[in-house]
Parts: sequence; C-alpha cells; structure tokens
Amino acid sequence: MLGFAHLFASRLVKAVAILIAIVVMNFFLVHAAPGDPAMVMAGEAGAADERFVAQLREQFGLDRPLYEQLGTYVGKIAQGDLGFSYRQQRPVWDILAERLPATLVLTLTAFVLALALGVALGTLAAVTVGTWADSAITVVALLAYATPIYWIGLMLSLLFSIQLGWLPAFGYETIGAGYTGLAHAADVAAHLILPVITLALFYMASYARLTRASMLEVRGLDFIKTAKAKGLSQSRIVTRHVLRNAILPVITVAGIQAGQLVGGSILIETVFAWPGIGRLAFEAVLQRDYQVLLGIFLVTSIMVILFNILTDILYGLVDPRIQVSQ
Amino acid sequence: MTRRLTGFPASFQRGFRRSVHRAVAAGLLAAALAIPGTAALVAAPAMAQETPVRGGVLNSIVQPEPPTLMLGLNQQGPTQTVAGKIYQGLLTYDQKLNPMPSLAESWTVSPDGLTYTFKLFPNVKWHDGQPFTAKDVVFSTSKFLMEVHPRARAVFSRCESITALDDHTVEFKLKEPFPAFIQAFEVSSAPIVPAHIYEGTDYRANPANNTPIGTGPFKLKEWVKGSHIQLVRNEEYYKKDLPYLDGITFRVIPDAASRSLALESGQVQQTQYSDLEPFEVPRMKALPNLTLTTAGYEFVAPLSWLEINHRVKPLGDKRFRKAIAYAIDRKFIRDKIWFGLGRVPTGPINSVVKFYDPKVTTYEPNLDKAKALLDEMGLKPDGKGVRATVKLMPMPYGETWTRLGEYLKQALGKVGIAVVLESTDAAGWAQRVSNWDYEITTNFLYQYGDPALGVARTYISSNIRKGVLFTNTMGYSNPKVDELFAHAAQEIDPAKRQADYSEVQRILSDDLPVVWLLEMEFPTFLDKRVRNANTTAIGVNDTYESVWLAK
Repeated sequence: MLGFAHLFASRLVKAVAILIAIVVMNFFLVHAAPGDPAMVMAGEAGAADERFVAQLREQFGLDRPLYEQLGTYVGKIAQGDLGFSYRQQRPVWDILAERLPATLVLTLTAFVLALALGVALGTLAAVTVGTWADSAITVVALLAYATPIYWIGLMLSLLFSIQLGWLPAFGYETIGAGYTGLAHAADVAAHLILPVITLALFYMASYARLTRASMLEVRGLDFIKTAKAKGLSQSRIVTRHVLRNAILPVITVAGIQAGQLVGGSILIETVFAWPGIGRLAFEAVLQRDYQVLLGIFLVTSIMVILFNILTDILYGLVDPRIQVSQ
Repeated sequence: MTRRLTGFPASFQRGFRRSVHRAVAAGLLAAALAIPGTAALVAAPAMAQETPVRGGVLNSIVQPEPPTLMLGLNQQGPTQTVAGKIYQGLLTYDQKLNPMPSLAESWTVSPDGLTYTFKLFPNVKWHDGQPFTAKDVVFSTSKFLMEVHPRARAVFSRCESITALDDHTVEFKLKEPFPAFIQAFEVSSAPIVPAHIYEGTDYRANPANNTPIGTGPFKLKEWVKGSHIQLVRNEEYYKKDLPYLDGITFRVIPDAASRSLALESGQVQQTQYSDLEPFEVPRMKALPNLTLTTAGYEFVAPLSWLEINHRVKPLGDKRFRKAIAYAIDRKFIRDKIWFGLGRVPTGPINSVVKFYDPKVTTYEPNLDKAKALLDEMGLKPDGKGVRATVKLMPMPYGETWTRLGEYLKQALGKVGIAVVLESTDAAGWAQRVSNWDYEITTNFLYQYGDPALGVARTYISSNIRKGVLFTNTMGYSNPKVDELFAHAAQEIDPAKRQADYSEVQRILSDDLPVVWLLEMEFPTFLDKRVRNANTTAIGVNDTYESVWLAK
C-alpha cells in the first residue's frame, strides 16, 4: 500500500509539470494556425470593415503581444479560471460543465459496454478456437473494426430511425417534452442507444481481438498445463489462470482509450447531433475560439494522466508480480 | 462550415419611384404611403381560401450554431434565421424587393431624396413589456448600429441627422441623395434594439445579449448549446391573433447527412440555405411530403465568382482572365456541381437585382479562343502542354466548393493552365484572402438588393483595403468604373441610374476583374403542411408571424 501512495504522489508531481508544459505548448500551437476568431466572425458576417475586426480583437485581447496573452492565460489557469469563450461570451468552465455530462454518459456507457462485451466475446472465441463460433466472432470483430464509424452510425440511424421508426435518429432528448425523473432518464436512454452501439462496436472489436489473441498465447504456457494436470475445472482455468494473465494487454489498451473518452467521440457526436465536448472542440478549432480549445485540451490532458495512473495501479492489482518502480 | 451572409435588399428603385411620385402628388408627410401591415396582406394570396389554424410547433435546423442571437451584434446567416423571429427591422421586402411594413407602418421620401420619414406602428411592446417608441429607432440607427454593425455603419453614416419627431415618427435626413437607403431597413441590415437595455452600456459585454429582447412575434424560451433553440409565441405581439404558431424549434445538426435524414424522417419541417448539400436536393425533391422553393433569397441574391489576384503574374492580364472564362463551362457547373440550382451569370449584377443588364460581353465555352488568347500573351505550351501554373484555393464552405475546385482544375488543364489546389479552413481562408495572400479563390457575395449596397464594393478602387474581407481583394482599379458607381449611388433619377449601371456592367464584363461562375440559388424545403412561409425577399429570415401548420 505504501508503494501505491508513493507512486501516486510522485506521479502527481510529474503530472503537474507535464500539464504546465502542455498548457504552454498548446497555447502556441493554437495561435500558430492562420487567422483568428475576429477574422472568422468577419467572414461569417458577410461584410466587414477595419473597425469591426479591430473592435473584436480589442474585446478579445488579441491586440496584445502574444507573450502577454500567454502570461494572462497561465495566470488565470493557475487560479482555476479557464478563461472566456470569444464566441459565446461565457466562461469556458460553464461551457465545459454544460457539455461534459453529455459526452461522459455517451463515452462511459460505450466504454463499459465495449470492454465487457469485447472481453467476453474474445474469451468465447479463444475457448472455442477453430469452431464456427470463433469464426463468427472474428469476422464480426474484423468488420466492426474496419468499417468507418460514421458510416455505421448513419446506417444504424437509417435502419432503426427512418425505416423502422423505433429509435430517435439524433439529439440528446425529446425537445419540449418536459420530462422529469424516470421519464427523462428513459428518454435520454432511448436517444443514447444508437450512438452508444456505434461507438461501442468499434472498441468492442479491438478488445475482442486483443483478448482472443492474448488468451491463445497464454493458453499454451506451462503453468496452464500444470493447472490442467492438477485437475482444475475448465471454467476455473479459463477465468483464474488464462484470462487473468491474458488481460494485461487489454488493460493497457483500455487505459489509453479511456484517456480519450472526452475527446474521442467527435464523429459520433457529429453524426448523432449529440451536444458533447468532442464537437465543441472541433467547432472551436474552426472558429479559432482559443480559450475553449485550450480548456478542452487541459481537461483531456488531465483525463489522460489520471487514467495512466489508474492503469498502472490496476496492473499491480491484476498481477502482483509487477513492482511499482520509484 | 457553411457561410451565410446577409445584406441590404435592393429593389429600392421601384419603391422609391413610387414614393417620390406620391410625395410629390400629395405633399410631403401627409402623403405617407400607408401600406397597412396586416396579416391578411402578408399572407400569400394562394392560400387565401384556407383558414389559418392556431397552434403547433415548427421544427427546423440551425446550422452552424450561432454564437449569439443578439442580431445587432452578429449577422451570421443562422443568427438571422432565428433572431429574425425575435427582432424586427423597420421594413421588410417583397420578392420583387419593394419595401413592405414591419415595425414601420408607412413611410415617405421627399422629392429631393434627402428626407425619409417613417411612421411606426403604435402599441408595439418589447418582450420585457416596455413600450417600443421612436426613441429606440433613433438609438439603434444613430448609436448602437453605428458602433457595432459594419454594413449599417456604411449606410447610416450618410445621415445628416436622425430625429424622433414624436413617439411614433422618425426622420432620417441624408447628407446627399442615396436612393439605396430605402433598402437598408431589413431586419439584419438594421435590427431595432431596445434603448432601455443598451443605452449607456458596453454593447458587446451587456449580459442581456444572452437573453435577447426584441419586438418580434416569437420570444426565446430556451437555448441548449449544441442541441436546440426553442422559441415560443409572444402573446403580447402587436398584431392581433398573430403569430399562429405556438413556437419554433431550431435543432443543431452538424452533419450534412444527418440533416438530410432529419428532413426525410419528418423530424424537421424546414431546411434552408446550405443545410443540405446540393447533391441531396434531387432526392429530397422527389419526396411526396416536401416542397422545394428557391424563392425567398432575392434580398441576398448571391453571386459566386473566381476571385483573382491581379498582383500575381499573369493574372493581372485581362486576356488571361478571359482565357479562363472561355475554358470554363458554367452550364456544366450549374447542372453537375450545383445539380441545377442557380443561373449562369452574365456580369457583376445578379439578374434578380434591379439595374441588371444582360447586354454585355459574354463568354461561352470555347477552348480555341482560350488557347488563342494565351498564345497572344506569349504563353506557349511546354513539353507537358503546360502554359502557366496557378494556385487555386477553393473556399472551405462545404463539399460543393471542393468539387468545383476539382472541376476547375480539369477544365483549365485542357487549355494548358495547370492548377495547384490549395486547401485551408475558414479562418485560414479569411486571413489569406483579405491579406491578398492568394492567386485564385472561389467566393460568393450577397448583393443586398441594390448595386450600391452589394455590388460596387467588389470593384471600386477605394475599397482596396488590406486585411478586410469582402472588399476589392483583386486590386482591380478602373477610374471610369469608380466614377460610374459613385455617380449611380447618388442619382435619384432611375433612368440615369440605369444608364450608369448598364455602362459599368459593359466595362466590367470586358475587363473581367473576376470570372463570374454562378448566380446561386439556395433550396428551401418545406413540409407540405407548412403554410404562408417564404413570402418575402428574406424568406426564412422573416418573422413567420403568419406562418401556420395545417393539420
């Protein structure tokens, strides 16, 4: 336990240093793109004059030298203030807080579903290797892995919303229905089904393939023969011995993917008009809404760092032989 | 991303002439031409036999999501479509671009063209219950818009004075005649904002910007960012029994294919502007529950062209630009890239805008003529058949423009002009074009109903302004063109104006500062149950006070 505490503390110190570097690098990165929010807004207005652009730049503080803008920004971040959206004229915190729940409910549901189904299917395929069940699972996984995710989304939407009319095609909730409590939850859940399936299919495929390959590898090792020789039951061998040893690569991949939960669903959010943070990021890039973009970068960086630490801890739990290096 | 621009309507001419005649005939103010702004008049006559039903919610799309609904501060296309239901201008315009009442009940123009007097509807209230008066109009046009609105600034800076004669009468006195003035009162060109909320504040930072207060038939109920904007009926609207609809909901749907699905599945009953990609239009047109119209865009009257940087050799030579024009088949562009939406242009003025003159030099596809012009310039083909290489940066506003870029590369390649395609995003495009850092790009501008408002800006040399979009970025300069545009803007005799504009169109079609590609048409799809929509020159951006849903 002391090891974990140590690990956690030293990781946190490193994390803060990494975060500062990320903030500064991102700051220069987003400012390196040509054009600025004032230009974008002038372009959208269809008419402009010098004063219009100059007023916007002054209002946004973009007329200040870059290093001064950086100083202001880092100073604000240190105080926990993510700044102000140029376009929406609202604090970035508020905007993120508004969008985060929608994204998290989508990506977490999809992630859990993908992980559970993926590991289960991968295990089943490995156990039944060479049979029709294995082949079916492998083919489905390959298809789901190789098909563009937005295409699957559109096709599902075409089938279940347009043809069959079972599920809503897009959006987060039924607008203007005014549901509360359970009815609201059911409404959101109905809207959630298609995007979750679409997103989960892709991840599920990668977990299934990984689990299967890893299990097949472990299955041939000596200690499994020993377990068999001891007369252990097949199910016990599979769950306690094979799976537990085969799961490490899956945890690694899942840890990386979990870090991308916040930003990794842009396509799904776009196809299903899901009001999440991935889309917000994409739009912020196009609109050069620097502060929003930097805010999202910061939040996603924190997520990645947290999940990396979590993954390391999980390693130790699953396989006690793995030592925590100081 | 789709760009939607806005502008001043221009069919001022006819309305102006009529106004002048009446004013002359009956004496100035007394002759205020009273066009009653009742619902019956606004409603389309074709539907007259049906009795409008009250109730129902219209669902539409808003794309891209506007940054704000405060129309005075932002005139992006989607902002106009939504906020046009919340805010109002003094006037709106019929599809021939003649002025119609909106907040102004009637108006007169003095015979010398210098004094415009508007009589406002009485009993109009802001959404917060405060009365709307002439004071709001004076504040909006002389202070608010002058500070924040580039197009309005250009128009209202021509005013000597803007005065409230009484609570319901406003008088604009111009420094010089400017007949296009009457086209400048459409809702996005001059939205009237509440003086009691904005006077004496920092307009852009006013917290009220998030809760827009207008006079229109609909009020903002809820805006869930990234999801939808919900408008509900303004029960206090000054026209009795209007609006008919309980509300209008605009859904944010970022993916073009999903937008088509939304329309197809009936989840939305209206799409507009660039909501659908042109290649979806033929399919949607065939659906039995939808009607397609391209009317309602007369005010914006978009014209697209190849914008060409004359500072780059050999693009400054008009023979080269003519060779480009001869090498392109614009009918093909209209039919195969825009799927039949639009008209082949002849010159700088869109044919739906007044003062259009078709008697100009035109360019039919002719590869031999194009090659001959290039030969004449001394641009001989090299071993690979290449005479010149140019960079083309299609505008980053949707797939159609990319396809156009690919077609242009093919077409120009046939006469030996090699095209290197450059790609960029909206911010980069705006940055490069406005700073003249391009060779050729595609662009389209709105004409706002009058050449003085939406056409001259592209060609006059006083509008060569580095760093500013929608100016004369080509660096084209012809003193005769400058003079004709300047003169026409101040000429109150319509015949003389026409003569000026005809001449300028002939000169421009020969100088060919840009190569006009398409008079664009936008498709508006409406569910067949939607009645009375799209009756004015601003179509989907109008108030929708008399729109109703059949059962």
